[in-house]
Amino acid sequence: MTNKVKVVLGVIGADCHAVGNKILNHAIAAAGYEVINLGVLVPQEEFVNAAIETDAKAILVASLYGHGEIDCRGLRDRCREAGIEDIKLYVGGNLVVGKTDFDEVEKKFLGMGYNRVYEPGTLPDVVIADMKEDLK
Amino acid sequence: MNNILLIDFGSTYTKITAVDVDQEKVLGTARGITTVETDIMDGLNQALTALFAKTGRLEFGKVLGCSSAAGGLKMIAVGLVPEMTAEAAKRAALGAGAKVLKVFSHELSEYEIEEIEELKPDIILLAGGTDGGNQKVIMHNAKMLAGLNLDVPVVVAGNKSVTPKVVKILSEKHTEVRPTENVMPKLDELNIEPARIVIRDIFLKRITEAKGLNRANKMVDRLVMPTPAAVLKASELLSQGGDGEPGLGDLMVMDIGGATTDVYSIAKGDPTVGGVSLKGLSEPFGKRTVEGDLGMRYSAGALLKAAGAEMIASYAGSSPEEAAAYTAKVEADIDYLPQTDIEANIEIAMGKACVRLSTDRHVGHLETYFTPFGTSYVQTGKDLTKVAIVIGTGGVIVNHNKPEEILKGIVFDETNPQTLKPRQPDFFIDKDYIMASMGLLGEEYPATAVRMMKKYIVNK
Repeated sequence: MTNKVKVVLGVIGADCHAVGNKILNHAIAAAGYEVINLGVLVPQEEFVNAAIETDAKAILVASLYGHGEIDCRGLRDRCREAGIEDIKLYVGGNLVVGKTDFDEVEKKFLGMGYNRVYEPGTLPDVVIADMKEDLK
Repeated sequence: MNNILLIDFGSTYTKITAVDVDQEKVLGTARGITTVETDIMDGLNQALTALFAKTGRLEFGKVLGCSSAAGGLKMIAVGLVPEMTAEAAKRAALGAGAKVLKVFSHELSEYEIEEIEELKPDIILLAGGTDGGNQKVIMHNAKMLAGLNLDVPVVVAGNKSVTPKVVKILSEKHTEVRPTENVMPKLDELNIEPARIVIRDIFLKRITEAKGLNRANKMVDRLVMPTPAAVLKASELLSQGGDGEPGLGDLMVMDIGGATTDVYSIAKGDPTVGGVSLKGLSEPFGKRTVEGDLGMRYSAGALLKAAGAEMIASYAGSSPEEAAAYTAKVEADIDYLPQTDIEANIEIAMGKACVRLSTDRHVGHLETYFTPFGTSYVQTGKDLTKVAIVIGTGGVIVNHNKPEEILKGIVFDETNPQTLKPRQPDFFIDKDYIMASMGLLGEEYPATAVRMMKKYIVNK
């Protein structure tokens, strides 16, 4: 294997939107990271297990179907419990149903322990720029 | 004439099979008591006397053996995450024919080190971290295992980046430390073959001697592997064929014993219907699982607990009280055989429950997700619904007068459709009890072993 920085990627909960996941996988790998892509329908536990075994530096969680708040809550606690409390957590997609003000959404997810929260329509380049900043 | 003698030194009996390789014929089988505590040759000579009484005196060009005597090959597996490298290490040990005493995960504690000392394993398999992944835990565990008050062979099959360091730490204490490829090099990718080969090599070189099995070397050319590994080898040969002789495709093998139930499946196990995605650790093509709480005698009490008296009673047509009483009776008196019709029915029901529960755990499972965009299916483990051949082996099945009744526990249950068991299998019985021997024979004569299994086991 390589000595590239590893990140875990997946679509959380009962969500099976696969297209964005594939685009992110491609873009992040092209930027020089090793992507451990768990695909769709991923429970929290699998994100954590994968990050432990692979020694990943960040978990990138996507949620497109509007139930993101329920699915994403508690992931930070789970990481703390599993001994990877320092890992970076990114989240993005259509995190809540309807037209809620994004500032509120961001605040809510930051409060849940995520390091970066992205609004719908964010391009991969933005995420990669943040990764370069955070995962030095 | 080209005769070969194949020996299975079992925990109780030493079973021998004489084969004429040119004629592809079993000349005879016999058994003696396993006498590993004194001189293993005593029991073997007893078996040979019994064999020659039937066949007349025979000369053998080659003698091959397998063994589960003296407790079998006892191993512990150590990994990081229970569902990942710890599970991969367990599968590697089971595939090598070992009896897995316990699986440990995450950082080992001092208490666990004491526990390992009490378990006295023959070999320790140490894994942890994908290649380039976590290093901290396997390094910690190597240091802990170096503090063991035992000198045990250790197979190192974890994160390759730290393997040299891990080997160095362990070598300070343990005489035999063998590095090999990672059992899980990438996430969910299983790679157990290299570890299996190293385990088998240690078994050959060291364990047979430590257990006094090498006394048989006077007569046995090679003690090749633990018995379960021989059964796995035979199953793989029969499924895949060997040396030009075609195999029969996907199959399963059941072996119920007094203490445990072994399940073997030789099949890829990919989804058999469309629209199903796979998840979790990849599955070994030849997979062995062992259930320590499902057995006909020593584990009868545990079986009752796992199955429930109602399940056994409903199979037997008895009352739950009768089922509970009979399991208690045979657990206390392991030589007891059923005396009445009711007892005989409960005995069958116990076997069927062993088969049902052990396959429920062995096969894959389908989960249904109801998403806002319709239904999605996710499969974990192997889909064995299309497996058409199920073979029963082992003393309990081979010596039973209604073995098919017992094997029916393997069949797909419409009330439990997410458990992917064979839908319409045909049952075959290893009535001459030659499966392990054929695994041994297959080491030298794969095509002959395949043809003989077709002739003696899977004959319609």
